[in-house]
Amino acid sequence: MKGYIEIDQVLCKGCEICTFFCPKGMINSSDKLNPSGYRVAVFNDNSECTGCAICAVVCPEVAIEVYRG
Amino acid sequence: MAKVLMNGNSAIGEAAIRAGCQCYFGYPITPQNELTEYMATHLSRKKGCTFIQAESEISAINMVYGASLAGVRAMTSSSSPGISLKQEGISYLAACELPAVIVNMTRGGPGLGSISAAQSDYFQATRGGGHGDYRTIVLAPSSVQELADLTYKAFDLSDKYRVPLVILGDGMLGQMIEPVEFSYEAPKEPIIRNNALRGAKGRTSRIVKTFTSNPATVEEINWSLFRRYQLIKQEEVVWDTFMVEDAQLIVVAFGIAARIAKGAIKSARIEGMKVGMLRPITLWPFPAEKVREVANRTNYFLVFEMNMGQMIEDVQLALEGAGEVSFYGRTGGVIPTPNEVLRVISRLYYQKGLK
Amino acid sequence: MKKIYTRPKSLKRTPFHYCPGCGHSITHKIMTELIDEMNLQDKTIGIPPPGCSVFAYNYFDIDMAESAHGRGAAVATGLKRAYPEAIVFTYQGDGDLAAIGTAETIHASNRGENITAIFINNAVYGMTGGQMAPTTLLSQKTTTTPYGRDDKIEGYPIKMSEILALVKGSAYIERVAVNSPANIIKAKKAIRKAFQVQIDCLGFSMVEILSPCPTNWKMSPVESWKWIDEVMVKEFPLGVIKDITGKKDAG
Ligand SMILES: Cc1ncc(C[n+]2csc(CCOP(=O)(O)OP(=O)(O)O)c2C)c(N)n1
Ligand code: SF4
Ligand code: SF4
Ligand code: SF4
Repeated sequence: MKGYIEIDQVLCKGCEICTFFCPKGMINSSDKLNPSGYRVAVFNDNSECTGCAICAVVCPEVAIEVYRG
Repeated sequence: MAKVLMNGNSAIGEAAIRAGCQCYFGYPITPQNELTEYMATHLSRKKGCTFIQAESEISAINMVYGASLAGVRAMTSSSSPGISLKQEGISYLAACELPAVIVNMTRGGPGLGSISAAQSDYFQATRGGGHGDYRTIVLAPSSVQELADLTYKAFDLSDKYRVPLVILGDGMLGQMIEPVEFSYEAPKEPIIRNNALRGAKGRTSRIVKTFTSNPATVEEINWSLFRRYQLIKQEEVVWDTFMVEDAQLIVVAFGIAARIAKGAIKSARIEGMKVGMLRPITLWPFPAEKVREVANRTNYFLVFEMNMGQMIEDVQLALEGAGEVSFYGRTGGVIPTPNEVLRVISRLYYQKGLK
Repeated sequence: MKKIYTRPKSLKRTPFHYCPGCGHSITHKIMTELIDEMNLQDKTIGIPPPGCSVFAYNYFDIDMAESAHGRGAAVATGLKRAYPEAIVFTYQGDGDLAAIGTAETIHASNRGENITAIFINNAVYGMTGGQMAPTTLLSQKTTTTPYGRDDKIEGYPIKMSEILALVKGSAYIERVAVNSPANIIKAKKAIRKAFQVQIDCLGFSMVEILSPCPTNWKMSPVESWKWIDEVMVKEFPLGVIKDITGKKDAG
């Protein structure tokens, strides 16, 4: 595993921007509602994440933290 | 310092610089251009000071707002039409509790009106002028010397209470040339208020704002302003009297109108009429208590203004029906003579059977 | 593993009140990243006038003051002149900067005021509910152009960057967009440069940001981000419009 991300479930607004831009298709929308009523994005951890941080750069809510190793 | 001859507008400029005003922003309009020009000549060359001829009165007042945010003494000046444009900015200054000195050398209105002296912006000045529930302190000088003295006071009061303050003069005061002495020594160090926005160095960041999504918060801001206004009303009322002790008839007049009235009263005295004058110097807060006190001695008041009757409402409110209030006014920039006012006084004096 | 992307220090923890996918959020994020990277947190002062971003002070952990609608450039002028050590920016919408505040903006620029305008062009009035902005595109529908903007009635989308570039006192003007990873990185570079121009006292700088407003464009966030590329940049081409520094930005 080269990288992984953490999505803050409180900050996420389910805009699906990260889903659209992740080159590896690592992020999915879900049915899970957060306290503000948004369907939060979830990281689909199948080890293909490169830690490129594209998702974090585009996330308007600054909800994504990226780790790379 | 010895007395010098100066026009009223320039005297305000000199006094403001001595009071530590660091920023002046203005836009040309007659009859106050000498002040803008004085600042262009003298303030702009002072170290750390700024003069800008803004693109409009709206910009000028907002530049004042910006400079006041930075904690320095700042002012703007204009005349009636320009003061109308500044009202939005004055409302924001009041809401954000930012000091500022605004000079209005009033001219004849409404509309473009005339460039001659008038007092028709009394309501606008004393009722807040812009939107929302706020007041500004309003000072009304009646000589060039007083323009200078009240300018120092203006900066001090505005800073002390963190409220915008209006110096309400008129075109005649601004342009008349009189001897004036500048007694105030300019502070050596620039004055920088506490709580200024100068970067969050070694402290948490600061926000200056008025808007909130919660009306209750805005109501609280109004209450806090209101309490301060009550304090100003208690502490800062200033007036002058002239021969009121034995007066049967009291003329109430402010600013240049009081100057004219004084001439009329002197002549009336020579003719044996017991006439005196009460001259409010703070128009807001209005010296209501003083009006009532004078009313213990006589029932007869003549309010004389260079407008269609604005301050008369404050006199009537102060008297609560106690006295008999007459009015004489000229407006649109027409300047009445002392003789004209003397005729009004005489007529009233005998109509009412005063002795 | 090492954390390589996290929340900027000068961005408060408060969640944004902006709609999902809004360009204001992205812009706040890159600006606070820059404030951290350039070490400006203790000397930057922001002026957000009314607009969706009137509450920007809830997010930027720096000194900030509200201004009246359109008056940001005048307020910033007064502040910067009174305290030249500060880095002062306005953060204005298109209604604010290009309609009600046009005069203030042009003249601050013409005087070469050492301030930076961050100009959010989302082609609508967001805060008041999606009315026409001066930058609304021809035939674009808004609540006050329900049949589409018609140049015979409403005139044309105004190009503030090009106008300001003609003004002698402006030093640096660039138009960017915050609708893709590459564009966001470019936008950040542009804002860095604008701040640097101010630090170097070279004059007025402005970054115009084409910014998605999914709510008032009545699109999904992803659609709104695509719409900027597909439609908006045709009217508002991206790139440096004026740069008196002559330097290529080092990034
Ligand atoms: C003097 C004045 N007029 C009107 C308004 C109402 N108002 C608030 S924000 C705004 C325009 C918002 O549009 P824009 O500047 O494009 O910013 P956005 O909300 O799109 O980010 C208006 C008209 C106001 N606050 N003050
Ligand atoms: S870091 Fe890159 S690969 Fe990993 S989830 Fe984010 S965008 Fe996808
Ligand atoms: S971009 Fe951010 S806010 Fe939008 S869905 Fe992804 S994590 Fe959530
Ligand atoms: S209305 Fe538009 S500009 Fe305003 S917060 Fe929503 S998306 Fe952003």
